[in-house]
Amino acid sequence: MQLELQGITKRFPGVIANDNVNLTLKTGEVLCLIGENGAGKSTLMNVLYGMYKADEGQIVLDGKPVVFTSPADAIAAGIGMVHQHFMLVPVFTVAENVVLGVEPTGRFGSLDIDKAREMVREVSDRYNLNLDPDAVIEDLPVGVQQRVEIVKVLLRDAKVVVFDEPTAVLTPKEIIEFFEIVKTLIAANRGVVFITHKLKEALNVADRIAVLRRGQVVGEVDPKTATESQIAEMMVGRPVQLIVDKKPHAPGEVVLEVKDLSVVDADGRTMVDSVSFSVRAGEVVGIAGVQGNGQTELVDALTGLRDSTRGNVSLDGVDITSDSPRERHAKGIAHVPEDRQRQGLVGGLSVAENLILTRYHDEEFSHGIVMDWPAAHSVAENLIAEYDIRTPSADIDASTLSGGNQQKVIVARELSRPLRLSIAAQPTRGVDVGSIEYIHSRIIKERDTGTAVLIVSTELDEVMALSDRLLVMYRGKIVADLDPKVSSAMDIGLYMAGSRPASAVN
Amino acid sequence: MKIVATLRRLADRIARTSSLRITLLAILSAMVVGAFIIILSDIDKLKNGDILGAVHTVGSAYWALVVGSFGSLRAISATINSATPLILCGVSVAVAFKAGLFNIGATGQMLAGGMAALWVGFSMDGPVIIQVPLAVLAGAVGGAAYGAIPGVLKARTGAHEVITTIMLNNMAGFLVLWLLKTNMFQRTDRTDPISKLVAAPGRLPRLFGFMDNRPDLVAHAGFIVAILAVIVYWWFLNRSTSGFEFRAFGMNADAAQYAGMHTKRLTVMAMMFAGAFAGLAGAAEVLGTYGYASQNFAGNIGFDAIAIALLGRSTPLGTLLAALLFGALQAGGRQMQVDTDVPIDLIVVLRALIVMFIAAPLLIKSIWRIKVSPTSLGQTFKGWGS
Repeated sequence: MQLELQGITKRFPGVIANDNVNLTLKTGEVLCLIGENGAGKSTLMNVLYGMYKADEGQIVLDGKPVVFTSPADAIAAGIGMVHQHFMLVPVFTVAENVVLGVEPTGRFGSLDIDKAREMVREVSDRYNLNLDPDAVIEDLPVGVQQRVEIVKVLLRDAKVVVFDEPTAVLTPKEIIEFFEIVKTLIAANRGVVFITHKLKEALNVADRIAVLRRGQVVGEVDPKTATESQIAEMMVGRPVQLIVDKKPHAPGEVVLEVKDLSVVDADGRTMVDSVSFSVRAGEVVGIAGVQGNGQTELVDALTGLRDSTRGNVSLDGVDITSDSPRERHAKGIAHVPEDRQRQGLVGGLSVAENLILTRYHDEEFSHGIVMDWPAAHSVAENLIAEYDIRTPSADIDASTLSGGNQQKVIVARELSRPLRLSIAAQPTRGVDVGSIEYIHSRIIKERDTGTAVLIVSTELDEVMALSDRLLVMYRGKIVADLDPKVSSAMDIGLYMAGSRPASAVN
Repeated sequence: MKIVATLRRLADRIARTSSLRITLLAILSAMVVGAFIIILSDIDKLKNGDILGAVHTVGSAYWALVVGSFGSLRAISATINSATPLILCGVSVAVAFKAGLFNIGATGQMLAGGMAALWVGFSMDGPVIIQVPLAVLAGAVGGAAYGAIPGVLKARTGAHEVITTIMLNNMAGFLVLWLLKTNMFQRTDRTDPISKLVAAPGRLPRLFGFMDNRPDLVAHAGFIVAILAVIVYWWFLNRSTSGFEFRAFGMNADAAQYAGMHTKRLTVMAMMFAGAFAGLAGAAEVLGTYGYASQNFAGNIGFDAIAIALLGRSTPLGTLLAALLFGALQAGGRQMQVDTDVPIDLIVVLRALIVMFIAAPLLIKSIWRIKVSPTSLGQTFKGWGS
């Protein structure tokens, strides 16, 4: 099967999301669609999937023009889509979810669940997906849920499977497993479209890479010859510094001292287990680990959002264990939270209001019970300029900004004041290449002015690039204290998985 | 809790998708559907094939609505009078909603405030210039105190305010009934639950009191209190530090906590503010409209206020306009019942239809062929389109 998108143009009020896009998809190969957030990748795929009607251009299937007015048409033509946010019923089993909408029925129209199980098993075996048809979705890890989505698509006989940012929700191990599945699909002569903004993954898995920028295909590259920086430059439209440029660090006195800290979650499970470490002035300490090993709880305890059950935290030698978030803030602790939508921003408030969200009560912005909005505005305007936040104005809702610009709002707010300690969790999650470069450079700049910096990230590349010292967290404990300059990613990966590299065993 | 979640989703959706245009079209749609209801309810004319007559009934009913609400000084006064407690209770629900709380308890808070105002009203005997403001203030304090209860319960124990405020409404009702039977409140010559009268100087002055020959102009200074309340609400929301906290907390409680706001204190504060506004409504009714309290002086106002706050999207101006609309319907409805055979119950139907259409913006969009923006189709297009 060969599918061509010819001259696709899709406009939204004020924006051309796709501008005369030409693309060819074939079965038996992986086409990677790469571009920054807002480049028009998802729009293009939604046009293909029948969710949007293109304003101009046509879709040609095996030489014949076709019109998709709904996803049902696209599915019938052999196009399947695995969305970034899964469309599964959490309380149903795998088999029930997979057959939802195409249920095999027995006599009197009852659901033939045995048949459904068999169908799942058959597809699962053929593609090595290793799925239990009777498992309930909500009990399954994200990576397995994604495989359920894949089975769903395959059962509907998809010739071309579109994956929208499939690795965003996966752990490093699950990502490797996912790539294996992609290879199996190709071996079975299906086509795969892989939407991403991660360069490494594109180079890893693609047969062809199409780069989108501002709604246009700016070029196709061959992953065998292309380099990361070459693609990054095409995506952003200017040369991008991919490697964090930093001078050797000059650690000073101990700023943050954590001793025997333990934290339990709402269910009483110990999430942080007697953790001790310190961060010095002018030093970046990174905490690596797979999501869910206590990093979130550790950061919450350090920032005062969660009580610790044991141990203490001190800043510049002063015990701050029982200080409130606001008291810690006043003592010069910045916090870039891991989930910007949930914690870091109030989407319905304006950019300016978000830029002072943790400082609104300062004398500068608030005189008694009255807010000084002109003062807030002038500070906001300055921050927007200084941190290159792309927004039409300071007054629009923060929720309308792209992920990278939302993150810049948070970084601007948190780093633009005198600090002793800066805690950043997942500082670049879901952020485009250009913004990553900028946020990293700000973090290093902060270090160079003598602030102690703690970075918590599940992206190994990120912690390795930024950190002067690297701690690995596994099941609530710190299992390694490494020098990222001499440690290999492989060794760190082993620590993250709870084992030890052979070189460390004595 | 499912109901609560549904309510919250509904309210969120209303807050997000409604624009002024949708609101106006919803009102228009409700009027159109109301017209069909009027025609259908007049079976005799339909049977006789008197379509023209039926249409004429619609015309005269709606005309009576307009005349009865704005057609004369008397009509305007009636509209103002009906709208006064609706504005105050609307602001009560709106201010709580801005802080992410559902105040279903405006009725109870209104009763508490009304009784407090009443007590000051008939037991004090000072100069009018002090006594009346003091009685009004007592209404706010009484309402705030009663509103504090669900606030504290929520902050301390997590008890959901929807449940507690509904329960507290019932308790307030019976508390008022009991109070009205005590010697302190009950009118001396009466055996039924009815309170002592507030002497005329202690009441809220009539707005058109300067017109000696017009005792039918019932609007009172409670309306000025209501307008001031809207202004205070606007100022609080947009200019005060706490108002900023309210808005941040209401839109994203996690972010508010992250930003170091005292979320428990905000919860109590929001319910107290809400209670104070509803208490003012009670004071306005007791000190302005009635001059005494009977068992059910709060009527249905506390519940209408929820619809008003939703219709006005909890903004100060929107709430004021929505309350004026509801007040006008109330006043005009009486005229409509007198002038035509259409019963005043049509007003209830119209209000329900308005809220229903507001709650279903996609329905409005498809009826009136408004182009659907991509944002309503999926989450993929955050930030583009409308």
